[in-house]
Amino acid sequence: MIRRLVRALDQRSGSAPFIRKTLRYLFPDHWSFLLGEVALYAFVILVATGVYLTLFYTDGTTDVVYHGSYVPLQGQHMTEAYRSVVNISFSVKAGLLIRQTHHWAADVFVAAITLHMLRVFFTGAYRKPRELTYWLGLTMLLAALLEGYLGYSLADDLLSGMGLAIGNAVALSIPFVGANLGALIWGGPFPGKHEFFARMYVAHVFLLPVLIATLLAVHLLLVALRHHTQFKRGPRETERKIVGVPTFPGQTPRSLGLFFAVAGVLFLLGGLAQINPIWLWGPFHTFSSTNGAQPDWYLGWLIGALRLVPSFDLVIGGYTLVPNPFWGGAAFPLIVFTFLYLWPWLERRWSGDDAFHNLLDRPRDAPGRTAIGVGFFTWVFLVFVAGSADRIDVLFNISYTSQIWAYRVAALAAPPITAFIAYRVCRELQAGEIVERERTRAEREAVAARRGAETA
Amino acid sequence: MARARPKDVLVAALTLLAARLQPGRRRRRMRELTVPAGPPSPGAELLVLGLLAAATICAVAFIVVYALDRLPGQTQLLGLSIGLAFLCIAAAFVVAAKRLVVSEQNEDDYPAEEHPEEQETIGEVVEDSGSRLTRKRLLTLGAAAAGGSLGLALITPAVSLGPVFDTSSFYGTPWRRGRRLVDENGRPYHASEIEESALYTAFPQGADREELGSSVVLVRLPPAALDLPHANAGYAADGIVAYSKICTHAGCAISLYRTPLFPPASPGPPALVCPCHYSTFDPATAGTVLFGPAGRKLPMLPLLIDGRGDLRAAGNFDEPVGPSWWGVRLRGPNP
Repeated sequence: MIRRLVRALDQRSGSAPFIRKTLRYLFPDHWSFLLGEVALYAFVILVATGVYLTLFYTDGTTDVVYHGSYVPLQGQHMTEAYRSVVNISFSVKAGLLIRQTHHWAADVFVAAITLHMLRVFFTGAYRKPRELTYWLGLTMLLAALLEGYLGYSLADDLLSGMGLAIGNAVALSIPFVGANLGALIWGGPFPGKHEFFARMYVAHVFLLPVLIATLLAVHLLLVALRHHTQFKRGPRETERKIVGVPTFPGQTPRSLGLFFAVAGVLFLLGGLAQINPIWLWGPFHTFSSTNGAQPDWYLGWLIGALRLVPSFDLVIGGYTLVPNPFWGGAAFPLIVFTFLYLWPWLERRWSGDDAFHNLLDRPRDAPGRTAIGVGFFTWVFLVFVAGSADRIDVLFNISYTSQIWAYRVAALAAPPITAFIAYRVCRELQAGEIVERERTRAEREAVAARRGAETA
Repeated sequence: MARARPKDVLVAALTLLAARLQPGRRRRRMRELTVPAGPPSPGAELLVLGLLAAATICAVAFIVVYALDRLPGQTQLLGLSIGLAFLCIAAAFVVAAKRLVVSEQNEDDYPAEEHPEEQETIGEVVEDSGSRLTRKRLLTLGAAAAGGSLGLALITPAVSLGPVFDTSSFYGTPWRRGRRLVDENGRPYHASEIEESALYTAFPQGADREELGSSVVLVRLPPAALDLPHANAGYAADGIVAYSKICTHAGCAISLYRTPLFPPASPGPPALVCPCHYSTFDPATAGTVLFGPAGRKLPMLPLLIDGRGDLRAAGNFDEPVGPSWWGVRLRGPNP
């Protein structure tokens, strides 16, 4: 049966050698290699649930009066877009489940990419010959951030409108071209022309998903062409020999198991854990806002950066060169991503290491990289945490202004300190290993010497 | 020749069949296994079967829950049933991976680092292909000009998206001298109804409220507390001051009065606060920034009280409204 099928397929496509190689492709077995897979599966869930949502969503911004089943909003003015999302939540059977699963999947998607990126960074997996794979991954992270922001904005509730206002201000703050860019994208000053929602919609459901899917395909192709990296866990793993579980039969049930587990967790979250109850926020108006608003977690670093910058615009003789939101909303992510994009090249320059690397470093094996990475991500993380200062104020009654000053100092002072600590820890771990190795060797020699003495 | 009896024919056929099958089977058994064999694990198989049965039940439960109407907690039950169905299948796969499927740790060669011969050939193919070309640089220049201008031509229609070269609309506001301030229901504000330590939102009568230049906040300060600079002298009317409601930092609405999330009793003068990034403005000094990231003061709207005691604008804002861009300090709002 299976032989007949394979034969028929091979005769028509000539793909038997390729399939054979694919089935026996080796996957090194380490939990951290699953983070990228989680991102992949979250993307699958996002596409599936997203397609369902498009069957009910409308991008219209025409003002309508709500007469649906959710009583507190009865009689309120809102856009067609917001009404359609409220209807998805209340009138479409299973609509709320799918909407919430879609939202959770987006949060998990970006989280998995971020953790995957950290794993790749701290193990040196991006080194030659895998720089392209790494850059594609970073680009996908950028696309995912934008994609998430657009999805959040399409609901047109109060919070998404506030997010859009901030996005518009960041666009306007770009030196020399900000207002022109804003006029182009929004069709004028915020909140812009009606077409703006259609633009967001096509970007969210078509342009960016297709971009991500394409990058994903090339990313995976490059992984397969160069094979996975691996940790050195025994004498069998070398720079030239890969050790792992073959796609079939070993890896297939593992990967399918992970896919179903990701799907299961996301649907459980979508059903049981409320996320973004847009009917509570109400419709957006340019003159409305609410306190204690928090964006999805992956935009927290930008909120934090926007809040930390002290009050100043860079002005030269009446010409506003750099309006304030540029620093936190554009310059900060630009610096972070520029550093990440340049890092493989920077490291190669500094270390002069131009060799092929199939074996991964443990973080301690490369103390310099680990220290720089720890310092860098401490900086980003502190800015991220600063975004929650208003919640901390409410929860623990710690003055908001004092917190902002503390974060301003900490964001500058902490990175060198954590970098130094990370460097020392790496060195100590290395030294500890050498001592351990020496002791084992000495003990073995002592035992051998005693045996030698006894026999003599 | 004797006629063969049916029984003989049958025996002969069976023998032939057996002979045909036997060596084949033996050959198959004797070949080296591509995937190494392992011991059977009936317990694990039973577990997988149990998990698949549980998944089936959960999936059917999802359909049943979906079919029911007016079920309390339907979203939760739907999520629970489909989520558990997925998780049961996941568990079945994990059990299969750990205990049923042959686990190999194989070795393989990494692909060759590079292919110098192929690289060389590719280079030669490209080089040799141009042997008939005599003016390579000129051709490259021509191709670049054609390609570049075609590319430019193709992105030109993007200009239709919005007035990319005309940013004058960013200076626009609907406020004019004499325009009445109305509340959310379109009712004019009477000066006497504006009380101290409260925040009011007002709109220009008859204008589009969603326009950034429309909404203003109104507060009344004790006349002694007012400390307006020279440029804004006369902007207040009977202690009432009006500011653009749109934060000059990132364009959110200023909806907090006093201090950001601070306990109401915290010290400090009254302040207008935007909840997005907690830019804090001083209503007593024409909207100067007290704290937070805003890079310029809040635009102030001059007020007057008409003969009926209603609030009206005495002119336009003293600065353009909304988040800053390169031209925000080049001129005032539209007259």
